[in-house]
Amino acid sequence: MVGGKLMSPSRLQSVLEAGKFAVTAEAGPPRGPDAEVVRRKARLLKGSVDACNVTDNQTSVVRMASMAACRILSEEGVEPVMQMVCRDRNRIAAQSDILGAAALGIPNLLCLTGDHQSFGDHPQAKNVFDLDSIQLVKIAREMRDAARFAGGKALEGNLELFIGASANPFADPAKIQVPRLAKKVAAGAEFIQTQCVFNIEKFKEWMKGVRERGLDTATHILAGITPARSAAMLEYMATRVAGMDVPEAVIARVKGVPKARQAEEGIRIAVETVRQLREIPGVRGVHIMAIEWEESVPEIVKQAGVR
Amino acid sequence: MIVGDWKPIETILDYLGERERILIAGCNGCVTVCNAGGQKEVDMLARILDLAGKKRGRPFHITKITVERQCDPEFLPELLALAAEHDAVLSMACGAGVQLVAEHAPGREVFPAIDTNFIGAVERKGEWGERCQACGDCKLFVTGGICPVTRCSKSLMNGPCGGSRDGKCEVDPEIPCAWNLIVDRLEALGRLDQYDIIQPPADWSKSRDGGPRKLIRKDLQ
Repeated sequence: MVGGKLMSPSRLQSVLEAGKFAVTAEAGPPRGPDAEVVRRKARLLKGSVDACNVTDNQTSVVRMASMAACRILSEEGVEPVMQMVCRDRNRIAAQSDILGAAALGIPNLLCLTGDHQSFGDHPQAKNVFDLDSIQLVKIAREMRDAARFAGGKALEGNLELFIGASANPFADPAKIQVPRLAKKVAAGAEFIQTQCVFNIEKFKEWMKGVRERGLDTATHILAGITPARSAAMLEYMATRVAGMDVPEAVIARVKGVPKARQAEEGIRIAVETVRQLREIPGVRGVHIMAIEWEESVPEIVKQAGVR
Repeated sequence: MIVGDWKPIETILDYLGERERILIAGCNGCVTVCNAGGQKEVDMLARILDLAGKKRGRPFHITKITVERQCDPEFLPELLALAAEHDAVLSMACGAGVQLVAEHAPGREVFPAIDTNFIGAVERKGEWGERCQACGDCKLFVTGGICPVTRCSKSLMNGPCGGSRDGKCEVDPEIPCAWNLIVDRLEALGRLDQYDIIQPPADWSKSRDGGPRKLIRKDLQ
């Protein structure tokens, strides 16, 4: 089932429900309190995307709170998708933050497990993981649809929120990745943003399994895109970033052009990938994660003809 | 068993400071099995402290005792009588043993000689792995006998996080992904359908999060 009993104020939701090809991007908040950094990113993205995710202390590195940066995006006219990880907050804090986000007019929530703290700049920290992402999706849906907190007590007023989760078609073990999406959908994920796609064949295979279980019509799937700025970045992602699948051929293609023109090649690959993904039945949009390279988003969107 | 490991000797010497009369207390329970705090290790630590005492120019006066279990008052009387004649007790038991000795030895300092690491099992000779977090609400039934609370680095209840690679955890390639193990085992048992069931949020009140726990068995009282 897509959509709850309430219509959320989410533009992303209305775009998806109207059957239009959706485009979302991602903005990482700064490692300091300067709102201007977020505003600048918003200005780069405005008009090119339906909504923009704000990461939640991604890779376990301390950054400005996602909720605050989401609000700043809103003020700049970019609809935010608040990412929320289970690493740093228990069910009390998670639900409190959901209410706070809704009060600030943040219309979209992406529920994530979160990277382990051992990757970040505070490996000594205690993690929480009171919930996992599937349980968080379910709790958010019950808060919205049944006006009930996880503990069973009633919530005051109406919560309006479009609730999503992520999926990694390239993760191990492969045989569980479609069932895992099925669980997220059963928990109530209305949209799904996937890990970035470099291995199109593998992604197609996953989508086939997704369609066979009817999940493509039960949720809105946005395929992930990350433009590569350099061959070095691709190599880093291929070997050092958990859960990434970057085929040798893609790295070789970027390596094959002079360094000064590798970013251009990266954009070209991203544009081709968007076009290929758009042809895959069940793909309802793309989610462009241009890591600290938001400038590339308008160009990719324009060249790919999705705006 | 409860698995423990020696603290660095420098740390132990720091604890002992200027004290001279030291009772080294071993335990015949778990710490004997994991070669951390039984009779053998008591003898070893006594020899090391003896040398260290001579080196500092003021030898330690060391007494050794190893009891059946330091976590049971029934086995403590002899240890406590000796403790009264010493400046400090250096307990080689797990954290429970150290604390029970301290509780029963008012006015006597009791120091830990080992770090209590986890509830685990022998994986290979000289290697132990964590298996249980004593969460108080065993769910091994739904996960094919493999504990995700303990063995998944994020204690995920509904499947792998998406960060594992070649069956190994994103945190460390030496750690097997618990969900990889669970999925393989459920499949081998013909119970992969079990995976589709959404596990609700855990009730951590039965775990340490509910405060220090207590178990009362009326039938044994």
